Amino acid sequence: MKAILTWVSAAAALVAASVLPASADTIRVLNWQGYGTDEAWALEEFEKRTGHTVEHEYFNSEQEMLTKLRTNPGAYDVVLINSAYTPQAAEEGLIVPADLSKIANSGDIVAEMLGNKNLTIDGKTYGVPWVWGATSFAVNTDKMDPLPDSIEVLWSPELADKLGWRDDAVEAVQMAAIALGQDINNPSDLDAIKEKLRALKPQIRTFWTSENDWNQFVSAGEFDAATYWSGSASRSAKNFGLPVAFVIPQEGAIGWLDGLSVAKDAPHPEAAHEFINWMIDPDFYVKWDTEVGAPASANAKAMAGLPDDAFNRAVLGNPEVAARLRFMGPIDDDMREKMLELWQETKTYYQQ
Amino acid sequence: MAHEATHDTTGNTAQADRSARAVVLLTGPAYLWLTVTVLLPLVAMLYFSFLSEAPIAGRVGELTLEQYRAFFEHAFYLELILRSLRLGAEVTLFCFLLGFPCAYVLAKTIKGRWREALFLLVIIPFWSNALVRVFSWTMVLRGNGLLERAIETVFPGAGSLDLLFTYNAVVIGLVHSYLPYMILTCYISLQAIDDDLIAAARSLGASWLTILRRLILPLAMPGIVAGAVLIFVPVIGSFMEPRILGGRQGTFIGTIIEDQFTAVFNWPLGAALSFILLACVLVIFIPFTFAARRMSG
Repeated sequence: MKAILTWVSAAAALVAASVLPASADTIRVLNWQGYGTDEAWALEEFEKRTGHTVEHEYFNSEQEMLTKLRTNPGAYDVVLINSAYTPQAAEEGLIVPADLSKIANSGDIVAEMLGNKNLTIDGKTYGVPWVWGATSFAVNTDKMDPLPDSIEVLWSPELADKLGWRDDAVEAVQMAAIALGQDINNPSDLDAIKEKLRALKPQIRTFWTSENDWNQFVSAGEFDAATYWSGSASRSAKNFGLPVAFVIPQEGAIGWLDGLSVAKDAPHPEAAHEFINWMIDPDFYVKWDTEVGAPASANAKAMAGLPDDAFNRAVLGNPEVAARLRFMGPIDDDMREKMLELWQETKTYYQQ
Repeated sequence: MAHEATHDTTGNTAQADRSARAVVLLTGPAYLWLTVTVLLPLVAMLYFSFLSEAPIAGRVGELTLEQYRAFFEHAFYLELILRSLRLGAEVTLFCFLLGFPCAYVLAKTIKGRWREALFLLVIIPFWSNALVRVFSWTMVLRGNGLLERAIETVFPGAGSLDLLFTYNAVVIGLVHSYLPYMILTCYISLQAIDDDLIAAARSLGASWLTILRRLILPLAMPGIVAGAVLIFVPVIGSFMEPRILGGRQGTFIGTIIEDQFTAVFNWPLGAALSFILLACVLVIFIPFTFAARRMSG
């Protein structure tokens, strides 16, 4: 009996091996944790389709991601890069252009996104547009009804000690720039921004750093409103059942576009292209958004596969709303440093 | 030494050689370990603090005083250092006020198995992860949390304390984390005080206050100072407890230094701020130690 079982499993393994493509590689992906590429069901499906397996490494900030690419050349195959940072990564030679002919689904990517000047540099696709979304704020719908339509609500006395804020210099400055109608990538009046952020002192309850933090603070009733990312907001509502709604106010919101790039000296460039192809595949995206919660896809076919009432289709898909987004672009080092100092000084002011 | 004197001169040298070798063999590994794990990274950090950017992955930083100048150009760094020093002083004081009496009772009043049991209670918090301890405080301190509900049960209508995300919450969390250090160091020096000394002082008519002030405190001073140093130094650099418990009021020099290393990747500035903090600690402790030595000695 035992012998038969051994034979059967050996035969099964042989069949499996002959069906799968010749080279089964293990690729390494560098991304934020819990951001699509590491969904277990998606990796199983990817392995079923291509034979490749996927390992992950995570970062907690864009600077960390860049440092990891610099210090470990040849360690990663695919890396997720916010398009605001893609030009820098390309310039430093940390990533190489992707070959779109190896990515069948790239034909369905919205043309403006594929041609985004931060992703396509000198006609080469350094980042394949993957998903996009907004950074704005979400509110607890049990506490705030009807939904506010102005960002000024964050400064209202109603939110005293009830506002969550992300401890991130660039994001803080950009949120204030939106409220003041300034250019988010190169604000003209930093003093006004400083004043605007100082005025948040009575509202801010505490700082959150991760999605997990955010969910805990909202469910514990610490936040009635908090800055947030659109994709995360749909995960909080779907996966965690929290009564939250994401708001894109009249003044606008910060927009971002995330691309998938092939790392320089990637050990498995072929498998890396196959993985990027799978990540923009409508099959993957529709399941990701409907069952887990995701930002909007750059793939038009994938967006069309969503139910009509999905947030990404109903809200972000609305051209009037999309027009309100101010997209993140590269920020030069000098401005970044000023933003950082401004934010640290503001945080010190909050202590007084 | 006494038995070495009985040997002849040649035997004496051989003996000295052997004991020198023993010293090297016995202390060598420890000092080598310290050199590799403490001194080298510290020297590297000191070097980093004089660079324009961290020399990672082929980047070349230039030698500069820029990072130290940044500290003096922005008043808020100094403000945060003072705030952290104040936090360190307060936490150390509360640890002393709570820990010293406890150590005294353990060392002088309680004997035998009870002492062991009570000692265990002091040490038990060390067995759990520091992060878990801090997170459990958030549940206790939060509005309508365990503490408020307990107070409400005893004194109905006492009102809300809402301690979480305040400066006081940070002090509470840190005192809890560091209290055992004060108890342990004070206990050791209090235990070494001869009971007869206290009895003698009392027989000479000294009041309790006089005994405490003129006898016990000076003799226990080495333990108190050791405890204070062990608490003060990590507290002024602390970042985890302020972040989790302090909320909007949880920005200290420690959290800003951590930002430089993790969020911003400006290692040189982080290193420079760390060494400025170290300089502050030395400036405070050197006179303090001398004063303490004179008091106890």
